[in-house]
Amino acid sequence: MKLELRGITKTFGPLVANDHIDLVVEQGEIHALLGENGAGKSTLMNVLYGLYDPDDGQILLDDKPVTFEGPGDAVRAGIGMVHQHFMLVPVFTVAESVALGYEPAGPGGILDLGAARRKVEEISERFGFHVDPDALIEELPVGVQQRVEIIKALSRDARILILDEPTAVLTPQETDELIKIMGELKAAGTSIVFITHKLREVRAIADRITVIRRGKVVGEASPESTETELASLMVGRSVNLAVDKTPAELRDNELVVSDLTVLSGSTPVVDRVSFSVQGGEILAIAGVQGNGQTELAEVILGIDEAAAGSVTLDGKELLGMSVRERLRAGIGFVPEDRSTDGVVSSFSIAENLILDLYDTEPFARGVSMNLGKVAENAEFRTQEFDVRLTDIQDPISTLSGGNAQKVVLAREMSRPLRLLVASQPTRGLDVGSIEFVHKRIVAERDNGTPVVIVSTELDEVLALADRVAVMYRGRIVGIVDAREAGPAGINRDVLGLMMAGVPLEDAVQQAAGHQSTLASADAAADGKDLT
Amino acid sequence: MTESTTPAPEPTPAATSPAPEEDPRSGAAILRKIVGGDVVISFLAIIIALVIGGVLIAFADEDVADTITYVFARPTDFLGAAWTAVSDAYIAMFRGAIFDFQADTFNRAVRPITESMTFATPLILAALGVAVGFRAGLFNIGAQGQIILGGIIAAYIGFAFSLPPVLHLFLAILGGALGGALWGFIPGILKARTGANEVIVTIMLNWIAVYLIAYVLTLGKFNASGTGLRSPQVGPNAAYPPLIPDFLVPGNTFRLHWGFVVAILATVFVWWLLERSTIGFEIRAAGANPHAARTAGMSVGRITVLTLVIAGALAGLAATSQVLIDRGSLTAGVAATYGFDAITVALLGRSRPLGTFLAGLLFGALQAGGTLMQSVTSTPIDIVFVVQSVIVLLIAAPPLVRAIFRLPDPDAPPKRARAAAKEAAA
Repeated sequence: MKLELRGITKTFGPLVANDHIDLVVEQGEIHALLGENGAGKSTLMNVLYGLYDPDDGQILLDDKPVTFEGPGDAVRAGIGMVHQHFMLVPVFTVAESVALGYEPAGPGGILDLGAARRKVEEISERFGFHVDPDALIEELPVGVQQRVEIIKALSRDARILILDEPTAVLTPQETDELIKIMGELKAAGTSIVFITHKLREVRAIADRITVIRRGKVVGEASPESTETELASLMVGRSVNLAVDKTPAELRDNELVVSDLTVLSGSTPVVDRVSFSVQGGEILAIAGVQGNGQTELAEVILGIDEAAAGSVTLDGKELLGMSVRERLRAGIGFVPEDRSTDGVVSSFSIAENLILDLYDTEPFARGVSMNLGKVAENAEFRTQEFDVRLTDIQDPISTLSGGNAQKVVLAREMSRPLRLLVASQPTRGLDVGSIEFVHKRIVAERDNGTPVVIVSTELDEVLALADRVAVMYRGRIVGIVDAREAGPAGINRDVLGLMMAGVPLEDAVQQAAGHQSTLASADAAADGKDLT
Repeated sequence: MTESTTPAPEPTPAATSPAPEEDPRSGAAILRKIVGGDVVISFLAIIIALVIGGVLIAFADEDVADTITYVFARPTDFLGAAWTAVSDAYIAMFRGAIFDFQADTFNRAVRPITESMTFATPLILAALGVAVGFRAGLFNIGAQGQIILGGIIAAYIGFAFSLPPVLHLFLAILGGALGGALWGFIPGILKARTGANEVIVTIMLNWIAVYLIAYVLTLGKFNASGTGLRSPQVGPNAAYPPLIPDFLVPGNTFRLHWGFVVAILATVFVWWLLERSTIGFEIRAAGANPHAARTAGMSVGRITVLTLVIAGALAGLAATSQVLIDRGSLTAGVAATYGFDAITVALLGRSRPLGTFLAGLLFGALQAGGTLMQSVTSTPIDIVFVVQSVIVLLIAAPPLVRAIFRLPDPDAPPKRARAAAKEAAA
């Protein structure tokens, strides 16, 4: 089915999320919608899926104008959507999940799960999904859960499939499989709208690329464009994607983690983890989300409790100390989830800047707070960290994600640090802010502070890290020196395999014998660059 | 430089997962919403409640009931009777609550407002305690029990000792605050240590306090009269002196005492505590986002205990305004329904110190006015309870008030004309 969007406009108050967007997706085409976070990609797709009413513009399916009152209309018209966060019930089987909302009924209105099961089998076979209709959702890996979502859409005869950031939760290997599946669907005539901000994937999969910036279509690109070309189209200026940093100058101060175990119930989520980070170097903890990195970071700060092992900073044992004592000992902590753990959204920017310093001089004398000093500090820090704001007394919820993250960084770096732990420091940030955050982190390292970065982004890991520890199911699969990174040694294929639990040596071997889809797309594109 | 081989980072990271949305139905989220409510909503809630109260007054009136039988024949009779009933009742309420313009002496004319303030004193103090709890994200339903405990200790210090002026009163007040604080500490420590739900614990402690005071009143010194109903009277040095001194007004009958000043001071203290102290910073942070508070090194358990201790102490002070008065003594009804009304007052005041103070005054006025209304018109004082209850209902359901007055929802994304979109699509 051919999809055409004409002049779609959608505003939220003063914010224009979509500004006269035109988009044509031909039958059997994989069309990538590329843009930064907040560029308006998801809004556009929610308009298409009937979740939002556009203020202006029209949607045409096979050249006929349509209007959707809700997702139900969109589904009936043949549009399927796979959300970034899956809409699945963990305790349901695959067949039940697929039937949910459109339950096939037998005589007398009795639920006919058999029909749902047959449908799953049929679709699964046709596209090589390898999904067992009777498996429980919660027991399936994330990649397979995503396939269930795709089956769900296909079972409702979707001829246009919207995939919203489908690779965010996948390992590189699972991403490869998804790319294969998308190829099969395309061959079967399904049109796919693929929303992403990952440049490499776009080049590997898309037939055509539409780039959106600040709610407007800024151009179309072909998959042959280089990453740098796409990136500058996306952000509107040329960006320096590499982080400038000199080789690490190691100091004597260090964080030593040995045999650290964290239990969730009785299952270890961090399992006998050992590593050390010296002053002046960045250790990145890589891994797919949910393999114990979060817990590891939190146990270093003391939010989680360790069941066994030790964590010492400059020879001093941290375990057993309260969070406050650890903060006072010089730990800077950038939490993974900014809005939950990093800021109090109803508090002002100024208050958030002293969230862990509020009872120290000069902000407090005894129990009485000195609001003048608090405001002074806020003026100074927000300028230092280039936070764009109207008033330091505004609630922090008025700031964009990037600016709020700068507030968190400004707070955590506003005192002398002996250790910096930053989880997903650039999640949800725009390119400009990412550059800034990366620079500050490297500056802290050059100051001689040991830095631990937890990131699920391989690119961020490779850009920042001096050494990379890969975690899988609570264990460290291996620690590699980032200086060996490159096509010959530890490249993203190797790290990707390690993220799936393959030990270092095996990963190196396997990677040598197998080029991932993304890597070959890179190679192809690079080859074209050279000519 | 080795970095030349480092692959460039992608410009934006992957999982842009929004914060795990808190279940909007969870208690804490509802609390946050109520506390964050609009002052306009509070005002409109009062107005609607008075209108509904008016309707009930009209229908409870006998003349109105007579005229309604021929309402279609002569609607003016019905409307006239309804108007008379409602206006009589509310005028009586005004006379009883603020200014009695029919009084023959000036003293009597202004007495109502002082009565309102007297009624308001325990409400304000207990409600400040509830409000502090709300700000920390805690549903402190235990003001009732905290008042009772405060009353027991304040009364004991008041009648069992004979101390010099000022000191005796001061110690008795302190004792009242400590008694309340103790009853706040129990749910605090249980929640901090075991995660026990403070709503359930405080409700149960209310009942324990009810039976405790009944038992205490049968004990030795408390039961000097032998009836088990009333403790001995507190000493004259332990009673709040009248706020309007005798030498100013001949024939002084004003009940208003220095307890009201304590309520004002407590309001200022709570304001300072919440807005200007590190403890308030912690309370507000823990109430708004306990996760972030914990990550910032605050001990949420400690804050919980501290908050409930402060809340209990304030409720205990409420008891002193009932017990430490001229010829005052402890009875089982010392807390009346102040502990529960305090919740309403705190809600109406949006948990802000000044708002709570004003809401307490309003409820005190309703109480004082209701008493006169009942005695001079046929309207029962229960109407006052209806008005209070309707206020709670409306405060707890701001969307309802917005719907009645067609106010926009501040949280909702602006709605566009659906029609316009359809037009464009057609």
